[in-house]
Amino acid sequence: MKQERRSIAWLQAGPMMLVFALFFLLPLALVTIVSAWDYNEYEMIPAFSLRGYTDTFEGCIAGLPDLCTILKTYLKTVKLCLLTWGLTLLIGFTVAYFLAFHVRSKTWQIVLSLLCTIPFWTSNVIRMIAWIPLLGRNGLVNRGLEGAGLITQPVEWLLFSEFSVVLALVHLFTFFMVVPIFNSMIRIDKRLIEAAYDAGATGWQTLVNVIIPLAKPGIVIGSIFVVTIVMGDFVTIGVMGGQQIASAGKIIESRLSALQFPAAAANAVILLGVTILIISSLTRIVDIRKEL
Amino acid sequence: MGEKRSRSFYVLAAFFIAYVLFLYGPMFAIYILSFQGPDGGLTFPMNGVSLTWFGKVFSGSGIVDIGAAFKRSLKLGLLVMVLTVVLSVAAGMAFRRSFSGATVLFYTAIASLIMPSIITSLGIALEFRLLDDFMIKHGGAWAEGWTTAMGLFTSGLGAHLTWTLPFGLLIMFAIFNRFDGRLEEAARDLGATPWQTFRHVVLPIILPSVVGIGLFGFTLSWDELARSSQAIGSVNTLPLELQGLTTTVTKPDIYALGTLTSGVSFLVIFSALIVILVLQARQRRHGSDAGKGMV
Repeated sequence: MKQERRSIAWLQAGPMMLVFALFFLLPLALVTIVSAWDYNEYEMIPAFSLRGYTDTFEGCIAGLPDLCTILKTYLKTVKLCLLTWGLTLLIGFTVAYFLAFHVRSKTWQIVLSLLCTIPFWTSNVIRMIAWIPLLGRNGLVNRGLEGAGLITQPVEWLLFSEFSVVLALVHLFTFFMVVPIFNSMIRIDKRLIEAAYDAGATGWQTLVNVIIPLAKPGIVIGSIFVVTIVMGDFVTIGVMGGQQIASAGKIIESRLSALQFPAAAANAVILLGVTILIISSLTRIVDIRKEL
Repeated sequence: MGEKRSRSFYVLAAFFIAYVLFLYGPMFAIYILSFQGPDGGLTFPMNGVSLTWFGKVFSGSGIVDIGAAFKRSLKLGLLVMVLTVVLSVAAGMAFRRSFSGATVLFYTAIASLIMPSIITSLGIALEFRLLDDFMIKHGGAWAEGWTTAMGLFTSGLGAHLTWTLPFGLLIMFAIFNRFDGRLEEAARDLGATPWQTFRHVVLPIILPSVVGIGLFGFTLSWDELARSSQAIGSVNTLPLELQGLTTTVTKPDIYALGTLTSGVSFLVIFSALIVILVLQARQRRHGSDAGKGMV
């Protein structure tokens, strides 16, 4: 009987396992293997070579003290990542806090959460394009500023710049902060907050000493989402940066379009290493599985 | 609770409203601009109101064959939706018992969810490229004329599933964390087979959330971009076509296309939400009368 139940569980979980094995685990293994293959202009050569890696770091030592391209690119990616992380955390936390503690009726809580979720179910590309009529040279913002007499010629850095990239990233991905933080917050026992209030804590003290520590799991999960998405992003940075800004993800994309699979794979391994480093330091703080 | 609203409520409410405007404002700007007059440009002001740009999209003049991409994305989205629902519900049921490999599957799903999309996409592209190379070199007569196994319903489907399945599984986890296992025991005690228990007890209770899984499955596939980008083969999905257009198109037809694409999304979202509401209302009507006293 026990044996039979176990095999039923296997039959139920098997199909999903198979999909992940075929389209996630095996591809990941192949990326790792091929990153140590040789290649020439038009094909990969199944022979051990670290060319993918050495090409990537070309000139990094010879060029010192100037930073080489790859390091500069990673620095820029990390900078965009940190900016986006800080902003999404601030906005996401505030929105989640409002929904969890200030909206009192369950129905309103659901309606307002849905309002935050619906854009997530619509197209990212469209949500990026949507900024063009606002931020472009003749866009609403420039027109408005000119009309108000604040500027005499259009501000150029509004669109196709790091500014617009971060703006779009925040616009697209604050959702990933709101949901887990809200989820942590609604589990906080309201009596704890009353107890803090009764003990004479100010609103700020309650926030810092009670709510933030208890919402930490949500904050960490949201941070993992945002960090991994931005570190590997090439679509948003491409579209909103006018294809002019380099990023860790874009390096992989351009290597791929040149059909240099081993070089692309080597870059993917490096990106993966950096991402795992960030995530493992974040997960040390919480156990994800307990939080569902 | 129930006392007068504090000042912080109004500050936070204003912040929330600003956030919602930030979320929706730009989207509505392009929905409005897609009705731009024939001589209108990419930005405000509106130069008259017309359906010119929608006509351009439908006639296919000016931009690539959007109709075909539209149909492709729709087919793929529906298939991804069905597979996501079936595979997630099945796997979710498996997690109710302990089975060896449960932990591995769980962490694989999480890893797949947070893996930078470009890496997954590259991996799948590489896998199919190696398969093609192998078939061409060693396939012999059987693989004569082999070009590529890459395509919408092979590599593309796989890429989408690596993104939708983790959401499906997480939703199943959330459902069963709140699920009363005694209902199943009761069904078993009354002599129901495992299938009957699932069909008549478990499924009706979890159905609203299952519709939610379907909603995630379809919309995430319909809009998927990063993971498909390298792994789709020769034909593109709608979001990929749209992304390609961002660099070349200088006319509002791209907005019209955006409005149409979003229209499909909204149609699906609201239909799903209505179905969920109806199902929940039905559950309340036919639900337990425990605690209501003798009637």
